[in-house]
Amino acid sequence: MSGPSTYEPKTGFTRWLDSRLPIVRLGWDSFVDYPTPRNLNYWYTFGGILTVCLMIQIITGIVLAMHYVPHIDYAFASVQRIDRDVNFGWLIRSIHAVGASMFFLAVYMHIFRGMYYGSYKAPREILWILGVVIYLLMMAAAFLGYVLPWGQMSFWGAMVITNLFGALPLIGEPVTQWLWGGFSVGNETLNRFFSLHYLIPFLIAGVVGLHIWALHVPGNNNPTGISVKTKADTLPFHPYYTVKDGFAIVVFLIIFAGFVFYAPEVLGHADNYIEADPLVTPAMIVPEWYLLPFYAILRAVPDKLGGVILMFAAIGVLFILPWLDTSKVRSMRYRPMARWFFGFFVVACLGLGWAGAELPDTMVPGLGALGVDFLLFGRVLTVYYFAYFLVILPLLGFVEKPSPRPASIEESVLNGDKPAKAGAAPAAQPAE
Amino acid sequence: MTDENTPEGGGETRRDFIHIAAASMAAIGGAAVIWPFIDQMNPAADTLALGTTDIALGELEEGQEVTIMFRSMPHFVRLRSASEVEDAANVQVSSLPDRLARNRNLDDNAPATDDNRSALTAEIADGVEISDDLRRSLLVTSASCTHLGCVPTEGAGEFGAWFCPCHGSHYDTSGRIRRGPAPENLPIPPMTFISATTLRLG
Ligand code: HEM
Ligand code: FES
Repeated sequence: MSGPSTYEPKTGFTRWLDSRLPIVRLGWDSFVDYPTPRNLNYWYTFGGILTVCLMIQIITGIVLAMHYVPHIDYAFASVQRIDRDVNFGWLIRSIHAVGASMFFLAVYMHIFRGMYYGSYKAPREILWILGVVIYLLMMAAAFLGYVLPWGQMSFWGAMVITNLFGALPLIGEPVTQWLWGGFSVGNETLNRFFSLHYLIPFLIAGVVGLHIWALHVPGNNNPTGISVKTKADTLPFHPYYTVKDGFAIVVFLIIFAGFVFYAPEVLGHADNYIEADPLVTPAMIVPEWYLLPFYAILRAVPDKLGGVILMFAAIGVLFILPWLDTSKVRSMRYRPMARWFFGFFVVACLGLGWAGAELPDTMVPGLGALGVDFLLFGRVLTVYYFAYFLVILPLLGFVEKPSPRPASIEESVLNGDKPAKAGAAPAAQPAE
Repeated sequence: MTDENTPEGGGETRRDFIHIAAASMAAIGGAAVIWPFIDQMNPAADTLALGTTDIALGELEEGQEVTIMFRSMPHFVRLRSASEVEDAANVQVSSLPDRLARNRNLDDNAPATDDNRSALTAEIADGVEISDDLRRSLLVTSASCTHLGCVPTEGAGEFGAWFCPCHGSHYDTSGRIRRGPAPENLPIPPMTFISATTLRLG
């Protein structure tokens, strides 16, 4: 929180409370009078949307847990019962299942936003790292949750993912057996997955608290990447951004409801409506859409351990992104080369998702004549994914000539976001 | 007594020793308390109790395969046709991605010949008579793909035996990995013929 607190308790009770637990002051300084850059666009509404997503998952999840039975003999049936017999069970389950997808949709927007506007750069490295921790926890929670209905995809997804740890040299087998609590995915596994699936969202809530704390120390970045310099660069959070965030949340919830009511299953797999059978693997097993890019990276490597390492490295590299990008300019709005590479990066992520959904030896539509199957396609995109972080961003800082930046946020707003006339912009300052 | 041994003198004191000893004990105690909370996730005593599973061979016809559970893991039991055995026997071990038999009835470094993979390697209980042909044509392997544990599909793939749908591993009629990401041959459990028509696993 920059600057001294402006909160003034007005009633006797709030004065009494403020000198004992200044919780109203905290809320006031964080969400009412919090000075926010005046130029935040709709890409900046996803943080608020994510908070709503987390609350939705926690509330619907707690309700589902009242009817769900974490035992291999009853889990599948108990989920069917929620869908058919429990009052409004169909609705609550659908919200929770669709909610997971919407949560990831929002987090991907949020992450790409941060990558484009350079929000990971100093002084927001810790903020960024906490975000990546949240993302990792989200993936863990989503994976564990998907196992609970105990359908065929649940079971075989759990089998494949837990077996990834078997690739570790020496400790591989003890670690997988420790995860399973047995010699294979079984009742012990389902039980502990339920326990952990319940726990992780609360861990996420805790890390979100740290994330917002870390946000409120330097304050928001903004589309120009230029630091706030005067009060004229900011607006109070309320009502300007409570309303803007609120509007975005409503639009998001309309799309959310569209899925819940009209297409609750489009993002799932029909095979998960077949009860888990440890003797038969479905003909095609694929993870949920939001994990597909990593699945494609896993399969891009012909070696078991190598594939696992590369898959985890794809997430791990996000942690060191603040130190890989050497450019002094934050926002790619003023980085004529970086914005192209970033565009390709987004396309590569989508392409990896596509590759992850197809069988590796299927030909890529349109590229079949060139002999490009999804394995090769996935490999090329995997190379680009890593090159973006490990080669392109480190080098660009030295070769790219940034375009002129406005002198201040205020000026960029008044000039309709056009960069200042040549000469008007001060020389690039460190990390602007 | 010199001043050095007092806190003001900056030297080592009995108090430093007590601090270090107390902190070390706390660390050891902490670690000792953590261990039960980690170990509780390991397989429990009843899970560890090793079971055996008996397979009635009389019900199997030539070329037929069943998948059974043994120690909570799926296993293939396949009575291979003569041509399948021949195909498998004709493969050079040196051309295999994994040259080890992976057979619990043999040494760890036994080569992956077809004879070393088939039920020829099973123990035979006292007084049981069983033909070599039957033993050679019988193949019992784990049904968990050595890549990431899916159950390969029977009768598919380039080698006419098993194809793993998860990431495309091809196994031959001896259960050996031939192509794809799986690193090892399908392992073979400990086996004993306890009668002319019953094979016991475990
Ligand atoms: C449950 C998940 C998450 C929640 C609830 C959440 C919440 C928020 C909120 C409320 C904001 C402030 C508003 C905004 O800038 O949009 C924010 C900012 C930010 N978040 Fe997250 N976040 C989550 C996940 C992530 C992830 C996964 C990352 C990156 C890997 C991330 C990176 C950032 C960054 C860099 C900022 C500062 C943005 C800026 O000022 O430009 N967040 N987050
Ligand atoms: S699990 Fe069989 S190929 Fe991956």
